[in-house]
Amino acid sequence: MSTDSIAWPRSEAVSRPFVDQLHEWITTVDHKRLGILYIVYALIFLIIGGVEATVMRIQLIRPHSDFVSPQVFNRMFTMHGTTMIFFVAMPLVFGFANYLLPLMIGARDMAFPRLNAFSFWLTAFGGLLLYFSLVGANGLYGAGNAPDVGWFAYAPLTSLAFSPGHSTDFWTLSLLVSGFGSIGTAINIIATILCMRCPGMTLGKMPLLAWLNLVMSGLVLLAVSPLTAAQIMLMIDRYLGGHFFDTQAGGSAVIWMHFFWIFGHPEVYVLVIPAFAFISEIVPVFSRKAMFGYPIMVAATVAIGFLSMSVWAHHMFTVGMNSNANTFFVLSTMAISVPTGIKIFNWLATMWGGKIVFKTPMMFAIGFLFQFLIAGLTGIMLSSAPFDWHLGNSYFVVAHFHYVIVGGILFGVFGAFYYWFPKMSGKMCNETLGKWHFWLFLIGFHLTFDFMHVPGLLGMPRRIYSYEPGRGCEIWNLIVTIGVVFQTLGVLVFVFNLLWSYFRGETAGRDPWDAWTLEWSTSSPPPAYNFSTIPTVRSRRPLWDLKHPDDPDWKYE
Amino acid sequence: MSIAVPEMNVPEPNWVLPPRGRVAMFCLIAAEAAIFTIFVVAYLFYLGKNPMGPQPRDVLEAPIFYSICLLSSSLTIHMAVLALRKGRIGNFGAWWGLTIGLGAAFLYGTASEWHRLIYREGLTISTNLFGTTYYSLVGLHGSHVIVGLIGLSTVMAFTLLGKVSQEHAERVDVLSLYWHFVDVVWVVVFTVVYIIGR
Repeated sequence: MSTDSIAWPRSEAVSRPFVDQLHEWITTVDHKRLGILYIVYALIFLIIGGVEATVMRIQLIRPHSDFVSPQVFNRMFTMHGTTMIFFVAMPLVFGFANYLLPLMIGARDMAFPRLNAFSFWLTAFGGLLLYFSLVGANGLYGAGNAPDVGWFAYAPLTSLAFSPGHSTDFWTLSLLVSGFGSIGTAINIIATILCMRCPGMTLGKMPLLAWLNLVMSGLVLLAVSPLTAAQIMLMIDRYLGGHFFDTQAGGSAVIWMHFFWIFGHPEVYVLVIPAFAFISEIVPVFSRKAMFGYPIMVAATVAIGFLSMSVWAHHMFTVGMNSNANTFFVLSTMAISVPTGIKIFNWLATMWGGKIVFKTPMMFAIGFLFQFLIAGLTGIMLSSAPFDWHLGNSYFVVAHFHYVIVGGILFGVFGAFYYWFPKMSGKMCNETLGKWHFWLFLIGFHLTFDFMHVPGLLGMPRRIYSYEPGRGCEIWNLIVTIGVVFQTLGVLVFVFNLLWSYFRGETAGRDPWDAWTLEWSTSSPPPAYNFSTIPTVRSRRPLWDLKHPDDPDWKYE
Repeated sequence: MSIAVPEMNVPEPNWVLPPRGRVAMFCLIAAEAAIFTIFVVAYLFYLGKNPMGPQPRDVLEAPIFYSICLLSSSLTIHMAVLALRKGRIGNFGAWWGLTIGLGAAFLYGTASEWHRLIYREGLTISTNLFGTTYYSLVGLHGSHVIVGLIGLSTVMAFTLLGKVSQEHAERVDVLSLYWHFVDVVWVVVFTVVYIIGR
C-alpha cells in the first residue's frame, strides 16, 4: 500500500505565530531542518564572502587604485578566504550530507540528532565570532579590526609583536570552535552511514553519495584535528607566552606551515569529494544510465582519501625544503591525479551512449567536468617543483585553486541545489532562470578565472593591493573584474530563482527526475520521520527495481 | 504513479549493523589521536633546539609510580565493565570507584610534578621552548584525564543513585574505550617525554 493514501497532518498548513516557528527551528534536532539551516547559513556567508571578493576586484581594476587602503585590502582577502572555506564550503557540504544521507540510506534521522544540532550551532557561532572581530578586535590597543594575516596565517605574522589587538585571536577562536563542530558532524556522518542503513543496503549497495561522504568524513577527522592542534599552539603562544612559532626563542615558523597544510590540503578533498558525490548522483540520472564502474569509483575515492594525506608540502616548495622532500611531494601530488582521472573517465563513460537530458543540474555537472579537468591540469603544472618556484604565490596559483573551488566545487553545489531543491521544498526550480544562472555564471567564471592565469605567469604576486602600470597586467585585471559582474548577476538570478520557485514554483511530486535512489520514494518535502515503513533494498537502484519489476538491477549486480 | 516504499520479496536475514556508540567513539579517538600526533611531532621536532633555561635532562624525573596507577586503571575499568555485563552492580561500583581513584592519583602526580617544576626549577610554559612543548603535551593529556574523570564520576554518581543496571553495559563500555585511549596516549607521552626526551 502506498503511503500516499494516509492523510498525515500537515503541520505547515496551520499558520502558527512566528515566535513558535522560530523556536522550533532553533531547537530542532531533525536532520532535514539542520541541513537546511546549514545551507541557508552558508548562502548568507556566500553573499558576504562574495562582497569581499568584489571589493578586492574593484581595487585591482586599474593600477594605483585607491578604492580601499592596503590595511582594508589585507582584511578583505583574509576574511574572504576564511569565510569561503570554513563558513560557506564546509556548511554547504555538511548541509547536503545532513539532509540527504538519512534519506538515501533509508534511515529516519542521523545517528546522533542532538550532536548534530550541537555541531551546527558550534559552526554557526564560529562564523559569528569571526565577524564579531569587526566590533571587538580593536581591544585596548586600538589596532585594526578584522583579521588581516591571510587565511593560512603564517607565523611569525600571527605573533603578538606583529598582530597586536585581538583580530588574530578572533580568527583562531572561530576556526577552533567551528573545527569542533566539523569533527562532531564528521563523527555523526560516519556513524550514520555505518550503523543506520536500511535492511539490504550493504556497503556495496550504498549510493555513491554515501560512500563519498564516508571518505570525506574520515578526512575531516584526520585533517581538521591537526588544525585544531595548531590553533591551540597558537593560542598558547599568544596568551601564555609560549614559543612554538617564536623563531627568536628556538621556535619554528616552518612547522606552522606544515601543521596548517597537513590540514589545508586534505581540506581541498574534504570539499571536492562531496562535489564528486553530487556529480555521481546527477550524471547517471540525467544520462538515463546506471553509474559506470561503481566499484572503481569507490576505490578511486578511497585512494584519493589516502593520497591526499601525503601531499601537503606541495604548498611549500618555495619555502626551501631539501630535494628529497621536494621529490616526494612532487611524486605524491602527481600520483593523486591518477584516481581523480579515473573518476573523470567514469563520469564520461556514464554519459557515453546515454540519453542525456540537458536540465539545469546536468548543465552544471557538465560544467563541473570540464572545469575540474582544467583545474587538475594546472594542478599538475604546479605540482612540478621547479615550475612552482616560478609561479608560487602568484596569481596563477590563485587562478588554479579558484578553478577547483568555484569551477569544480561551486558548480557541483549549484547542480545539487537544482537537483534536490524539489525534494527539499516540494517545488520545481524554474528552468529558464536556471539556464540564465548557468550561462551568466559560466561566462563570468571563465572571464574571471581563465584570464587570471595570465598576470600570474607575468609575475603578478597574489595579495598585493595595487600594482604598477606598464607591466602588461592592466588589461588582464580589467577583464578579471568584468567577469565578477557576470558572476554577481548569475548569483542574483540564482537567489531570485530559489525564492521565486519556493513561493511560485510548480509542485514537484515525489520523484520529478525519474530517479533511482531512496530519497525520491518519499514525499517532497519528506515528513519528519522520512519513511513510514523502513524500506528494504536489493540493489544500488532500489527505485529502478520498483519501477521495472520485470528487469530489476539485482539480477545483474 | 504512486511509488510505495520499496519492498522486496526476500527480507534480509539477520540484518546486523555495528553499534553506533562504539563507531562514534572510535571516530572520536581517531580525531584525538591526530591532535596528539601533532603535539608529539612538535615535541620531538623541538628536542635539543632549546637555547636557554632548564633542559629536560636536568629537571625531569620519570613519574613511574603514578604511571603505574594510570595504566593499571585500564585493567580495573575492564573488570568493572565485565562485572556490569554479568549484572554484579556492587562489584561494578567497586572497580569503577577504584578506577576513579587511580585516575585521580595520576592527576595528583602530575600536579605535584608541575608544582616542583614551577616553584623549584623555575620552569613555566613561557620560560623556554622546552617548557612550552612539555606543558602543552603533558597538559593536553592531563586535560583528557580530567574529561575522562568527569565522565567516570557521572557514571559513579548514577551508580550510587542506583540508576545503573546490566542493560547499560554497552554504554559504559563505550566510555571505557575513551579511558583506554587516554591510557595508551600516556604510554606514548611517557616514552617521548621521559625516555626519548631525556
